Amino acid sequence: MEDGGGPAGQAPAPPPPLVLVEMQRGALRITACDRPALDQGLAPGLTLADARARIPGLVSVEADPEADRRQIERLAAFCDRFTPLVALDPPHGLMLDVTGCAHLFGGEAALIALIGRRLSAGGLAHRACIAGTPEAAHALARFTQGGIVPPGGDEAATRTLPLAALRLPPETALALSRAGLKTLADLAERPSAALSARFGEGLAARLRRTLGREDIRITPLRPPPDCVVERHFAEPLLAMESLEAVVVRLVEEAARVLEQRGEGGRTFEFSIFRSDGAVRRIRVETGRPSRDAGAVLRLYRERLDTLADPLDPGFGFDAVRLAVPVCEALNTHQPQLDGRAVEEEAVADLVDRLVARFGRDRVLRFIGQDTHDPRREARMIPATSPPGGVRWPAPQPHDPPTRPLQLFDPPQPIETLAEVPDGPPLRFRWRRVLHEIARAEGPERIAPEWWRDGPAEPARDYYRIEDAQGRRFWVFRAGFYEAESAPPRWYLHGLFA
Amino acid sequence: MMSAAHTLADLRRSLAEAALRSAPAARGRVSFGPAGLDEVLGGGLVRAALHEVYAPGSPDIAAATGFAVGLAIRAAGRRPILWVRQDYLDSETGALHPPGLSELGLDPARVLLVRARDAEGVLRAGAEAARCGALGAALIEPWGDPRLFDLTATRRLALAAEGSGVATLLLRASASQSPSAARTRWLVQALPSRALEANAPGDPAFRIRLLRQRGGLSECEWRVEWSRDRQCFAERPGFAERPGYPERPALPDKPDQTRHSPDVAPLPRPLVSLPADGQVAAGEAGPRRRAG
Repeated sequence: MEDGGGPAGQAPAPPPPLVLVEMQRGALRITACDRPALDQGLAPGLTLADARARIPGLVSVEADPEADRRQIERLAAFCDRFTPLVALDPPHGLMLDVTGCAHLFGGEAALIALIGRRLSAGGLAHRACIAGTPEAAHALARFTQGGIVPPGGDEAATRTLPLAALRLPPETALALSRAGLKTLADLAERPSAALSARFGEGLAARLRRTLGREDIRITPLRPPPDCVVERHFAEPLLAMESLEAVVVRLVEEAARVLEQRGEGGRTFEFSIFRSDGAVRRIRVETGRPSRDAGAVLRLYRERLDTLADPLDPGFGFDAVRLAVPVCEALNTHQPQLDGRAVEEEAVADLVDRLVARFGRDRVLRFIGQDTHDPRREARMIPATSPPGGVRWPAPQPHDPPTRPLQLFDPPQPIETLAEVPDGPPLRFRWRRVLHEIARAEGPERIAPEWWRDGPAEPARDYYRIEDAQGRRFWVFRAGFYEAESAPPRWYLHGLFA
Repeated sequence: MMSAAHTLADLRRSLAEAALRSAPAARGRVSFGPAGLDEVLGGGLVRAALHEVYAPGSPDIAAATGFAVGLAIRAAGRRPILWVRQDYLDSETGALHPPGLSELGLDPARVLLVRARDAEGVLRAGAEAARCGALGAALIEPWGDPRLFDLTATRRLALAAEGSGVATLLLRASASQSPSAARTRWLVQALPSRALEANAPGDPAFRIRLLRQRGGLSECEWRVEWSRDRQCFAERPGFAERPGYPERPALPDKPDQTRHSPDVAPLPRPLVSLPADGQVAAGEAGPRRRAG
């Protein structure tokens, strides 16, 4: 399928020809023309100066490939409602694998007509073709009027195409045309071994695929999910309540499918297709494989509640799809009566609900790291990820806490007064409050990890100190006292309970 | 889906859930350890309730947090603890440091942390947690004085806690006091610890004041220490201050409620060596204590 850009609006007076230009090889050249421009003999590749000389009233706009890409991706998302397998076919094509999908829309002819109507309604000029292989469809959409190739008719349909349909590198195309080969039929007559020997395996393979002798799969934009259930509506759905009812049915259906397979999903993705082409995707995640329809629905509602930009029916919803991208084995198990498993499950459910509301990176667990650097000793990972990390060092019995409860990142600079070399200061000022130190312990020297911090990072001498009011702090001196350099700086790194 | 096996499984599950709800662990009271405190509270803190912990000023936030961690450890048993924290706290009071939790006796692996952007998120996550009966304790820590945490919101939290049996601690370290539906309200300040060898700071010590208690005795104050090895609070007997320590002017002293408490009840916890005499007062620094 192919669609070319350009608005199809009809103004009373013929609009001036419009071209898109881009700086290429030192000159502004045309990269795309609209219909009137084409009719007046302009073509991509022409310099803007030449075009202006021919048509003074020419309107030129700078090309914006980024916007083109975004537009084609929006279209891809729109086409997602026809088949889960949609691939981009750059620069401005889309490839849909409609194998086994067409009958849902009343057959291939009806499908192609439906897509055509929707694209035209959106003001897009396009051409579409359904053929046996992606390459054949690509070539036919660009070099014929498109349409539907009956099964097995690919070779007949493509034989008459010019060699340019093969998307050959310029030197190959030149060599072939010098040899007097003009159409695919000319090439198809030749023994492919000779072609491969002269032009490489690529040409022969492309030829086989375009002629429909060999099929390949497209690489879809979104990997096909393990499990998909969907509903298309004859009329756009306007009420949110009806949408909710459909979602309930889809979740129950997916649960049944998963149960038959003995699997559960970790991620459930609801795609809601609006009739104006917008697609909303709502993902919920669970901490462990699940096919509990009630739980998935709760998470869905939770997620819906927190959407920054709420679901808006607009002119109605066309279709809803529930995809389970990855399934994992989930065997039915006998719940135990001891309550422990129920407890764990309840906590996992709570985590899922919190993840749905706050996001994966906001519901966390701590894991220990194998390092002595207090800044890296602990890491936070999403609570839904598998456990890992090293064991936390067990505290020494009878020792008071040697690590603070709260740690500042970065450490807070403090102003020390009455310092004694190689000892804690007698008082310090932090956040404009002066603290008299009453008790202290240290130093505990923690060497920097030179393989991470670099050689310039100074060693830190940590002190546990307590001020006269009983507040306990963890302070450190970065570096040592040296005769000629400035005295080392002090920092507050943490607070003890 | 509606097979007989399913019905049976559902039945079993609902039985187990019912058992979970009515389990003795889910109800009852959380003892502090010292008999004096527990007595005033009628045997300890009510587990299925909302409790508030305040600090008089920002320098005491760490102490209030430590006290709340102690309560959570006492209340949670072996169950997980969910901690809801507002992001802003990280820059104001420092991020939670898991080794520090471990040093207080709380295995960081048992802690679930929810980081909320704003007070509304804290309240929502806190309410979810307070409703989940499988948690041991929920620590809810908003920053400052959000208007959201009013009487209605705290009453909701309190009701959720009563329904689920989760000890719900609202840590309002940086807030001014406002009306709430909490069962108890505590004001926690740091207290100079008992020095160890070479004048090193000792176990965490707090001056805790019970500001309010629903249907119970009003204000009284204790000086307690948290002992990680025993996982309990212990009253500071005698309070031997270092000479020359200035008394803090922040709280006018009430008639001293300190009572001698010979029997502190440690939580059952394997793998902890307890001193044979069981006296916290005698539990001076052990032989393995290294001098700094």
